[in-house]
Amino acid sequence: MASGVLVFAEQREGVLKATSFECVSLGRKLLSDIGGELSVVLIGSAVSDMANEFEPYGVDKIYMADDSGLNYYDGGRYSEIIVSIIKDINPSAFIASASSMGKDIAPRVASSLDVGLAVECTNVEFYNGKISATRPIFAGKANIKVDFQNELQMLTIRPNVFASEPADTKTPEVIKVDAGSSKEPVSNVGHIQDERPELTEASIIVSGGRGMGGPENFSVTEKLADELGAAIGASRAVVDAGWRPHSEQVGQTGKTVSPNLYIACGISGAIQHIAGMSTSKVIVAVNKDADAPIFKIATYGIVGDLFEVVPKMIEHIKKLKG
Amino acid sequence: MNVIVCMKSVPSTETKVIVGDDGKSIDQTDIVYEINPYDEFAIEEGIKAKEAHGGKVTIITLGSGTATQNIRKGLAMGADEAIHLVCDGSSLIDSSVVAKLLADTIKELEFDLILCGKKSVDSDNQQVPNRIAHLLGIPAVTAISKLELSSDSAIATKNIEGGSETVNLNLPALFSAEKGLNEPRYASLPGIMAAKKKPLEEREVSLTDRKIELSSLELPPPKPEGRIIGEGPEAAEELVRVLREEAKVI
Repeated sequence: MASGVLVFAEQREGVLKATSFECVSLGRKLLSDIGGELSVVLIGSAVSDMANEFEPYGVDKIYMADDSGLNYYDGGRYSEIIVSIIKDINPSAFIASASSMGKDIAPRVASSLDVGLAVECTNVEFYNGKISATRPIFAGKANIKVDFQNELQMLTIRPNVFASEPADTKTPEVIKVDAGSSKEPVSNVGHIQDERPELTEASIIVSGGRGMGGPENFSVTEKLADELGAAIGASRAVVDAGWRPHSEQVGQTGKTVSPNLYIACGISGAIQHIAGMSTSKVIVAVNKDADAPIFKIATYGIVGDLFEVVPKMIEHIKKLKG
Repeated sequence: MNVIVCMKSVPSTETKVIVGDDGKSIDQTDIVYEINPYDEFAIEEGIKAKEAHGGKVTIITLGSGTATQNIRKGLAMGADEAIHLVCDGSSLIDSSVVAKLLADTIKELEFDLILCGKKSVDSDNQQVPNRIAHLLGIPAVTAISKLELSSDSAIATKNIEGGSETVNLNLPALFSAEKGLNEPRYASLPGIMAAKKKPLEEREVSLTDRKIELSSLELPPPKPEGRIIGEGPEAAEELVRVLREEAKVI
């Protein structure tokens, strides 16, 4: 009989992702229905110090694969480690964050175990002895509720949606597991660092659309983003026009985001853009056109020229900070 | 180089979703189907691989009869042949079932490279590429923004949070395309004419052994009515105040 929850803790280059705590907090909650232990799988190179970071979250066990060969993410090798732990401990649920890494690893594990996987979940309940997971489809134009045909219920959860909530402090038991070996001739050879927060993880996003007028004008929204420690977003129109990189696109063919605050500057609000950001907690729209559809979903709006409004916003935010 | 491209026909991104009478599916009235936008990048990358290294491009599609016209569009772009796994309707099917049907079909073919879109923009599962690779026992790199191919190996780059990673691997391998991988070509008129004569094999399949069951489909709850703070730069001060004091987000 399966019991307990296994969480995939994501780290890159020695830094544990904050989303890992969202996953363990959800796991802790599910235990009251599922029963059993809360376990974490932690994979990487020189990761043993990270185990302490789980102490405030009531984690029972940490399965740790620590090997210099695991310095970079290797989907094949990482998934084999997880599959072998799952076969060993037979959990009722597996939870990972729907990050780039989570979205890559979870389907590999699900396929290896021949089970279903509900991705990017935004709500997880327990109903009739099973997990019932809510997840958006069509980039958020609709939500579906799904449940599982297997004993093992696999989920990835959307970053920023579930709370990180410390529970009873305890020191997790650390269990070293076999680090496996790479069967695929795959080698990770590099990365570039960006100083701004990543869109899908940011708590504030400042986004620009066609109303920005041209690529040279984005310094206005960048300044606002700097003032707020925000990520930069863009509409499909400005990405397709080559004004901004695709990595900044929010919408059905870009990223789906749920920040605390989304500031849409010069974005009219096409259906496929709204799909990607409508779950933001607070939406601010600044647009010249009082009839722009973005105002229908905005929490607060200003009708006006963004090149006049945004600098004033920056001025008043600076005043607040004093 | 023999290339397999997995392509899905999906409701256009302009589609307004209406829940069907059964409460579990999308109302099909007035829905226009198009090639899944991410799959267009996969088709383009496949044609580029053929142009550089020879061989052929085979499109495989699982879906209802509405997919046929979009398969022809893929052939018009420059793919050589297609296999249409015909099943009835629902786009909300389980990734496990989809991947098994596609992998079983691919197993019978000779291939060096499998290309997919990163995800389909209707069901948003982003699982099928990795599941196919696992079922075929080949390596995969998902959501790539750059691919450099030689005759027997590849270097793929993908964007990750705050950067990118680069992976070297040997073929055969599977890659799924992120937007920005390339600029998909438009079908030329001769291409459209030629596509009509290209082989398109249809095979009936059934969808069994689901791992996920759908219990309901709903529209997101409507947003509460918003508030226009004011007009012009004079409203900025009040906006900043409400963001700080009422919404408490800054």
